Amino acid sequence: MDELRLRAKELLENHDVQLVIGFENGTGNRTRPAFIDKPQDVGKLIFDSRCVQNIALYLTKPEIKRKGKPAIVAPLPVLRTIIQLASEQQIKDGDIEVIGISPESKLMKFASLAEIEKYLEDYKLRVGEKEMETLTKLRNMTGEERFKYWIDQLSPCFKCYACRQACPMCYCPRCTVEQNQPQWIPVPSHEIGNLEWHIMRAMHLAGRCTDCAACANACPLGIPLNYLTKHLIEDIESNFGNGSASPQLKQGNILSVFKPEDKDNFIL
Amino acid sequence: MSDFEPKIVAFVCNWCTYAGADLTGTSRIKYATNVKIIRFPCTGRIDFMLLLKAFGEGADGIIISGCHPNDCHYTSGNFHARRRWILFRGLMNFIGIDINRIQFSWVSAAEGAKWADVVNNTVTKIRELGPYTEYQKVANYLAKEVKHG
Repeated sequence: MDELRLRAKELLENHDVQLVIGFENGTGNRTRPAFIDKPQDVGKLIFDSRCVQNIALYLTKPEIKRKGKPAIVAPLPVLRTIIQLASEQQIKDGDIEVIGISPESKLMKFASLAEIEKYLEDYKLRVGEKEMETLTKLRNMTGEERFKYWIDQLSPCFKCYACRQACPMCYCPRCTVEQNQPQWIPVPSHEIGNLEWHIMRAMHLAGRCTDCAACANACPLGIPLNYLTKHLIEDIESNFGNGSASPQLKQGNILSVFKPEDKDNFIL
Repeated sequence: MSDFEPKIVAFVCNWCTYAGADLTGTSRIKYATNVKIIRFPCTGRIDFMLLLKAFGEGADGIIISGCHPNDCHYTSGNFHARRRWILFRGLMNFIGIDINRIQFSWVSAAEGAKWADVVNNTVTKIRELGPYTEYQKVANYLAKEVKHG
């Protein structure tokens, strides 16, 4: 942790960056994002297993961009998100300074985005074994059971859109749910609106989701909504080849590229 | 329910299937009248939300049809659409929406007879599956609402 603070201090003192985005102690036993712009404040910075929020979220915010060049404390999920954001032209080399943190809590330095991508090759995006079990269990249900399961799971949702706000990939300045001509998603907290909202969210994240689970962590009702995106990640892997769900700088979004030999056994 | 007439919405592309359906008519081939055709510039334009809306508004089945691969007026619209359908179909199935009610097809402007076949087969299939009450019940939230005062 001292190493992290030293590095942040060094960056701020040398004016390499104007802002360090990291974590600090919040209320209770929780952590919250910290935005540090003075070298004397680096003592606030912490990093431990409680820091699960995906702070890459702030990289695309105009109010953060206005502050100048940021440095970001980046554990694995944040690194993946950075690469995905870069592949979508949201950040480019030199826009940010990355203070990488390895799974063994070691500090890492990256000179370029390509270096991060190279590092991530050893950490391909995969659905974990335990989560895969739940996925398989859901997939083995009959269609009616699954429909009932999801309607039940999604029914408490009152569309606070915390999942969207917490998601670093949901950076559109205007979201489809806010459009009312036509009204794509019905406003009342009712099954159909909830269903449509969650399908839309998952589909708009197809091939872009880095499975950081920020959405599920943010949900005040504990809806396992990241299983929709987990399913998509698994589906992409099995349909479009190994490793295609992992963020890559050059590949482009999985839905914005195609192969002539994509499967079409379901098309008459 | 022998008097059940399925409502089917067809999302078709302007350049191939719409022209193909036109050819079915000019060739005087008879086919089921259950289908309501909506014309799109390209299959790539067919937003998945529109399918959900169709089911929500009471459609029992959906046909999505466009140009054969390599025939797209915009070169690659149908390839992009196909990728999206692969994932969308998977997601629908995962959520438990009946994907047997969504029929995808490639129908070119010269395949008037194929269009008639696609429609007739889909109508037969949906007739067997019956009305999609499972989804319609969920979608019809105004009917359920209890009004006070």
